[in-house]
Amino acid sequence: MASQRDIRRRIGAVRNIKQITRAMQFVAASKLRRAQESTLASRPYSDKIDEVLADLAAVLGAEEHPLLAHREGGTRLLILITTDRGLAGPLNTNTIRFAAREITRHSGDLTVVTVGRKGRDAMRRARVPLEAHFAGFGDRPSFSDVLPLARLITDGFLEGRFGRVDIVYSQFVSTLVQRQAIDQLLPIDYAEDSAAGIPGHQFIFEPNAATVLTQLLPRYVATRLYQAVLESRASEESSRMVAMKNATENAEELIEDLTLSYNKVRQANITREMIEIATGAQPR
Amino acid sequence: MPIQLEIVTPERLAFSDQVDSVVVPGAEGELGVLPHHAPLVSTLGVGELRIRKGGSEESFAIVGGFLQVRPDKVVVMAETADLAAEIDLERAEEARREAERTLEGGYEEGADLAAARAALQQALLRIRVAERRRREGRRG
Repeated sequence: MASQRDIRRRIGAVRNIKQITRAMQFVAASKLRRAQESTLASRPYSDKIDEVLADLAAVLGAEEHPLLAHREGGTRLLILITTDRGLAGPLNTNTIRFAAREITRHSGDLTVVTVGRKGRDAMRRARVPLEAHFAGFGDRPSFSDVLPLARLITDGFLEGRFGRVDIVYSQFVSTLVQRQAIDQLLPIDYAEDSAAGIPGHQFIFEPNAATVLTQLLPRYVATRLYQAVLESRASEESSRMVAMKNATENAEELIEDLTLSYNKVRQANITREMIEIATGAQPR
Repeated sequence: MPIQLEIVTPERLAFSDQVDSVVVPGAEGELGVLPHHAPLVSTLGVGELRIRKGGSEESFAIVGGFLQVRPDKVVVMAETADLAAEIDLERAEEARREAERTLEGGYEEGADLAAARAALQQALLRIRVAERRRREGRRG
């Protein structure tokens, strides 16, 4: 049995860990709130872009713009969004496993762009060809952060290097639930009709529908990317918060168990000493 | 009859209120929208967006985007939209100097001239909008 001092030392160590995990839990909770706010704040814009695209779709055919064109062949590009930092529970493992399934299922050429250090490390280990890596979007990703990535993939698609672009990320459903998702980014699959009620052909387009479309599509791609990055951000913090909460609770349990055995050892020692004294005091 | 105006950017809903009229920087010149305007979708340039509401005027510096006019509301989707009163003139001047330095020193170090030019354009716009507001504020 461990000595009294050893157990006391372990209790101290577990208590320190508990303090750290509890602090991380609260930090994650407050970051989550902010991440959730920015996800919500970005929604009106992306809804509007969707709506205008649907308006345009009513007057233009799918052949009007190369970003809409389905093509045979070409490398398939996966954009894998993970976190830069660890200790986020099962989030990265799940996202990477989800991506890996997608990669093994695909038979043709495939390359990956990673956002976040964890995804890059995993892809390197698995020797999946990496096209590019982006990191350090920070706690509050801004729209301009995703623009270089958006440029890279639209240019690559227009040059014919990529035949199809998908984005793998983690959807933020609720604090407890994050769902891994894959969305097709290019060629753009748009909703045929505007749900808002006015048929698209009633709109006047200025200067003309084709010009509006040309300017809209790259922004649409950037917006979709930005949304995925924000969703992943919120998922990261909620997953971390839950993981840290569990860790704190486990530490508490461990402290209780250790305290119990500490008391047992202490009691045993006292009893032993008592017996020693009692036997020592007996007249010989 | 007022119109419902919304200004949205990728990062936030910048404005949402009933207004009397709005003038936006269309790609091909300024464009005024009054109630009962025909449904319209237009691209926007870099410039000043002015809102008139019950005798008072507000303005935004907006960069790039789209305008959608529907019978029930007007929506401006801009890359950035800054309320004139909230523009920090000093920071805008700083951004302008920064962009000008990049443009002057540019070519040999392979700096991103296009980005610098865009930054300069945006800084100049912010300065213009903020200064105009300041002048009018003094007069009124």
